[in-house]
Amino acid sequence: MAGAGIELRKVTKRFATPKGGIYTAIRDLSMEVAPGEFCAVVGPTGCGKSTTLALVSGLERASAGEVLVSGQPVNGIPDGIGYVFQGDAVFPWKTVLGNVAAGPRYGGASTGDANKQAQQWIARVGLSGFEDRYPHQLSGGMRKRVGLAQSLINNPRILLMDEPFSALDVQTRTLMENELLALWAATSASVVFVTHDLEEAIALADRVVVMTAGPGTVKGTFAVDLPRPRNVAEIRFQPRFAQIYEAIWSQLRDEVLVSYERQKHAAAV
Amino acid sequence: MSVRSTQQRSEVSAQGGAPPFDSVGTQDGATGALATPTAASASIDSELSARRAAAARRRRLVIYALRVAFTILWLGSWELSTRLNWVDPFFVGQPSGVVQRLWTWITEGTALGPLWLQAAVTMQEAVVGFLIGAALGVVFGILLGRIEVLAEVLSPFIKGANAIPRVVLGSLFAVMFGLSLWGKAATAVVLVFFVVFFNAFQGVREVDRNLIANARILGADNRRLTTEIIIPSAMTWILASLHISFGLAIVGAVVGELFGATAGLGQLIYNAGHTFDVNGVFAGMFVLAVLALIAEGLISALENRLIKWRPSRVSGEIPI
Repeated sequence: MAGAGIELRKVTKRFATPKGGIYTAIRDLSMEVAPGEFCAVVGPTGCGKSTTLALVSGLERASAGEVLVSGQPVNGIPDGIGYVFQGDAVFPWKTVLGNVAAGPRYGGASTGDANKQAQQWIARVGLSGFEDRYPHQLSGGMRKRVGLAQSLINNPRILLMDEPFSALDVQTRTLMENELLALWAATSASVVFVTHDLEEAIALADRVVVMTAGPGTVKGTFAVDLPRPRNVAEIRFQPRFAQIYEAIWSQLRDEVLVSYERQKHAAAV
Repeated sequence: MSVRSTQQRSEVSAQGGAPPFDSVGTQDGATGALATPTAASASIDSELSARRAAAARRRRLVIYALRVAFTILWLGSWELSTRLNWVDPFFVGQPSGVVQRLWTWITEGTALGPLWLQAAVTMQEAVVGFLIGAALGVVFGILLGRIEVLAEVLSPFIKGANAIPRVVLGSLFAVMFGLSLWGKAATAVVLVFFVVFFNAFQGVREVDRNLIANARILGADNRRLTTEIIIPSAMTWILASLHISFGLAIVGAVVGELFGATAGLGQLIYNAGHTFDVNGVFAGMFVLAVLALIAEGLISALENRLIKWRPSRVSGEIPI
């Protein structure tokens, strides 16, 4: 399926805090993701990156402003959304096969068809032979592959990824990043990839959106004109990579400092 | 990565002979660092695991020996103190007397008829009460856990009902159902229901929000969300509650029998108590305990079958 465009227009999201106050996660955030584009969102901790994804996915509703997917206002979970969560979100009581086959089954496929499709995806993420394992019997990287296959099997037009690799060790992470790029190239889905790691963002994305310290809004947008296909492990040695990194970091640094000061302050209070 | 670890495993099992001991097998990283494919290190490996297995065996033997010693000390001091008339066996009974009473019950039957019949009657009451109570508890727990309005409306009533010392309902049920099985089963039901209900309810409330979000994104409707995410997740809580609640079902059946019955272990114990037969009371308790332990074993087996997806218990955990 072709990728779908995403548009956020002056979106604000407020949450009620347990103490009865109101917490504004993002304020007047406007951004666009073109169909088929790989867009990375970076920003300091607590700037509302995850909230942005939740709004696009329809899991949360905007308090103000508009969220559009393929030009349609988001009202409930839009068709063709895939979501890779930060933590483990694979179902611990299902085997690898059961986990990957869940999407097609929920979509109305027979168990036989769903399993057949799942087999292919399990092979594609390199987990053949592990179909009957339960998640607790797998390593963290393998569980992430299950999560990836689980989302991609539904042929999402939009793939939302919330710091998907942050819990992995550096080597596994680079491996997974390369695999993600290969899988994405075959699907042409639009990707919104949230991360706090600027190197990861530049290595993967077509465009990097920098968010301000919370309440989050867009501070700047940077095109990443590095050629594809990319090898994530090596691309950071290119001089152009360093230039882009420097340009984005000069903006990101201020926000990180603001966020850091605030945390220090909060800790002191 | 995965390929390497399976190779290591087959190396260990092929060269070591002995199956990899649990605590060694799980620490993949640690053995991975040590295990190089040379014969020398492999033999060290197997020697190590053999030594560990032997140590574990020795430890188990010591534990069993200490348990036997404890039993001898406990029953022996009881027997001795009653034999020497330090305490009056009329009030506290006597192990040998209990054994004798059990033997008479088994060979000659009890005052109420054959022993197995009393056990069967009580078990039937307990099992019927347990099944009904557990089923109702699970259904209501899941319903109220899923439908917030229902939970808010009903919560004061449920808390109120839970605050009642429910065994007294046994007398009410004895009036309602007479001497039939249902009076006792109903007492068991009210005891079992609340334990299972609160656990099922809590289990539903504690389902990982990430898992629910993931299932919804993957396209699960409400029915699928309940059957494939909520219930399996709550199952850990529900099964844990079944362990406690079968014991309560037996309590319910026995208490129900105290309020009026013609047969059953509760009635047997009641009669023994009323004829100042302390040994009979202990003998009845012993039979109940054995039955409860068997039931507990069956529930554990069910639990292991139903949640085989859970990481196996940490070895060395004390099975209490």
